[in-house]
Amino acid sequence: MTALAWLVPAALFLGGLGLAAFLWALRSGQFEDLEGAAYRALEDDPPEEDDPPEADDRKRE
Amino acid sequence: MTVHASPGRFAKEAQGTHLAAGRSLLTLAVENMHCGGCMRSVERAALSVKGVETARASLAAKRVSVTYDPAVAGEADVVAALERAGFAAAPIEAAKRDRDTARQHYLLRRLAVAGFASMNIMLLSIAVWAGVASDMDPALAAMFRWISALIALPTVAYSGQPFFVSALGALKGRRLNMDVPISLAILLATAMSLYQTMVGSEQVYFDAAVSLLFFLLVGRFLDESLRVRARSEAQNLLSLQGGIATVVEADGTRRLVAAHALLPGDRLLVAPGERVSADGVVLSGKGDIDQSLITGETAPVAVAPGAEIYAGTLNLGQALEVQVTAADSATLLAEISRLMLAAEQGKARYRRLADRAAGIYAPAVHGLGLATFLGWMIAGASWQTALTYAIAVLIITCPCALALAVPAVQIAAASRLFRKGIMVKAADGLERIAESDMVVFDKTGTLTVGKPQLLDTDLIPDAVLASAASLAVASRHPYARAVVAAAERRLGKVVAVNNIEETAGQGLERRRDGKCERLGSAAWCGIKQAGEGSEVWYRVDGAEPVRFRFADRLRSDAAAVVAELKGRGYGVALLSGDREGVVESIAREIGIELRLADLKPADKIAWLEARAAEGCKVLMVGDGLNDAPALAAAHASISPASAADISQRAADFVFQGERLAPVLEAIAVAKRARSMAFQNFAVAFVYNIVCVPLAMAGYVTPLIAAIVMSTSSILVTANALRLAGRPPL
Repeated sequence: MTALAWLVPAALFLGGLGLAAFLWALRSGQFEDLEGAAYRALEDDPPEEDDPPEADDRKRE
Repeated sequence: MTVHASPGRFAKEAQGTHLAAGRSLLTLAVENMHCGGCMRSVERAALSVKGVETARASLAAKRVSVTYDPAVAGEADVVAALERAGFAAAPIEAAKRDRDTARQHYLLRRLAVAGFASMNIMLLSIAVWAGVASDMDPALAAMFRWISALIALPTVAYSGQPFFVSALGALKGRRLNMDVPISLAILLATAMSLYQTMVGSEQVYFDAAVSLLFFLLVGRFLDESLRVRARSEAQNLLSLQGGIATVVEADGTRRLVAAHALLPGDRLLVAPGERVSADGVVLSGKGDIDQSLITGETAPVAVAPGAEIYAGTLNLGQALEVQVTAADSATLLAEISRLMLAAEQGKARYRRLADRAAGIYAPAVHGLGLATFLGWMIAGASWQTALTYAIAVLIITCPCALALAVPAVQIAAASRLFRKGIMVKAADGLERIAESDMVVFDKTGTLTVGKPQLLDTDLIPDAVLASAASLAVASRHPYARAVVAAAERRLGKVVAVNNIEETAGQGLERRRDGKCERLGSAAWCGIKQAGEGSEVWYRVDGAEPVRFRFADRLRSDAAAVVAELKGRGYGVALLSGDREGVVESIAREIGIELRLADLKPADKIAWLEARAAEGCKVLMVGDGLNDAPALAAAHASISPASAADISQRAADFVFQGERLAPVLEAIAVAKRARSMAFQNFAVAFVYNIVCVPLAMAGYVTPLIAAIVMSTSSILVTANALRLAGRPPL
């Protein structure tokens, strides 16, 4: 029974993580253009204005 | 600040919250953006403009969002850059755009929270139910109920908002809508469950209340996304038609301006083939104007300096300079749009199927709940027991099927029609078109293609047609194009030649081997006899002149569609502003007996109102500006994509292509959607018939309530989805 003491919070936490991820994705516009995103993945040239996170880190250094 | 937007950053900027100081945001509708390559070229073209900092295209919305420095660049610069890259684009008003996205996100956030909460509560509840059968520690079961309560209370407060707000609004207006029983069931169930949890009882309905919220929000979200998609498509269309105008400044320089920003007194340059963006007076230049959007007449009208010219007309001749007399909301177009709005008031009285059902349903549900409570009180049960059973009745009868089924059916129907090139502009249009029992057509541009076609081609010798066509290639005039089209059909290819001179409003001329070859009006070719207007002459020096006659052409399947409609038992009528003779011959050709000619827009409305008074539900199919008020006044309306923008705004549906068959398709799918909505109502009804007596008798436990509700919701949604995947009707 003591297992439940941490299993239930763990389940809630993981579920909450999923919810937070979804809300973040919604806020940050991941669902703005579902059709276009499929094509952007196939582009050969490096993205110019959508800097990936690593690029941001490099700039800060 | 350097703006190197990640998708996330940009979306926030697009919502207008995090826009850098001194930067403006512009959203443009872009036509012809269909693939990843186009998307990239659109973004590149926009970024090539000096002052533009970011550009992000959305393929799904067919729009591009641009942030720019208003001190360096303007709207028109971006539009011009896209035009050079081969994409027609036009700005979209910011207010409308933001409201739609905001509302959709509002619902989606609440949907996500409700989904998370319902899954977790269900997880706990299943353990409790299973534990009741085996031997669960009562203390543990109580703890699980408390955890459920902790999840459910904030969820109901947050995710329930859309329903509570709407129910409150309805009650303030002394009406009942679907959201009143929904809100009541959810609030009562939550409050009662909290009480039961406190006193340690087993009658706890948190799972039912929250999963109810989840399913209802799915329905609400589907409904909203259907509206948003239809609205954004319509906005794109309208913005693109408004377009960009070229203004000539006092010092002679030219400037591009969005059409809605024109002011009276501006001098406007209308290039050949361009639409006039405002009402005005011609200052210089002369030529032919296609006024079909205003008058419904296909024959072009000649204009000269001093002539009045209207927004929405098409310049067929040489460049015109126009002094703007009325722009934007003061144009004749806008005048007609006000007439249309007045006519639309009638349509606003239409009550949607789900609302009508709610009108009967809500009082019945409340009555049953109250009866259960009173019945058990009279039978001597405690008030807690009586209330618990009453809440079980409310939860069981909660109109999930009504609230979820109709939007699910409609979105399936709309996406099916969308694939066929039919755009659903009003969600309740599907319901209204399914009810119609009479179809009324306009003539020009609706039954006909709206473009003139060469008549009696057999009487014209090949050689004459070929040389006339080689002259005609040089002109944008609809008659010239009709000659070219006829020649291409008969001879294959038309050879383009040089040295052609066009005199606007007159005709074309070419000198070859000392001979003068002319194609144009009777006067232009030196012919005295007065023609009927729809004709063009061709003459080579010394030879006999040849006459070309034109008439508008029927859509290829017009007669078949009319026959099919009659076969299905619809009344069919033809209302036209054109002359009696023309209307009669067209009506006879496609088999319409009921026809009225010489009608003004107000006459059309009066006729429609007379039919409505007789109890007819009229589907109006029309395109011209003169039809717009009638489209708004009819019970349902369809308009071809070639129609005046104002007509498209008035119509419930817009169809693309040269065939009339989409009218049949729209009616068929709408009828199908309607019968599926009724099927879903029937499913809901059967559930209620079985479960309500059980609930009233007190046999419904929280477990049964949860199972019944989920299965009925899933069943109606699955039924609705059949419509999208079905083979052709």
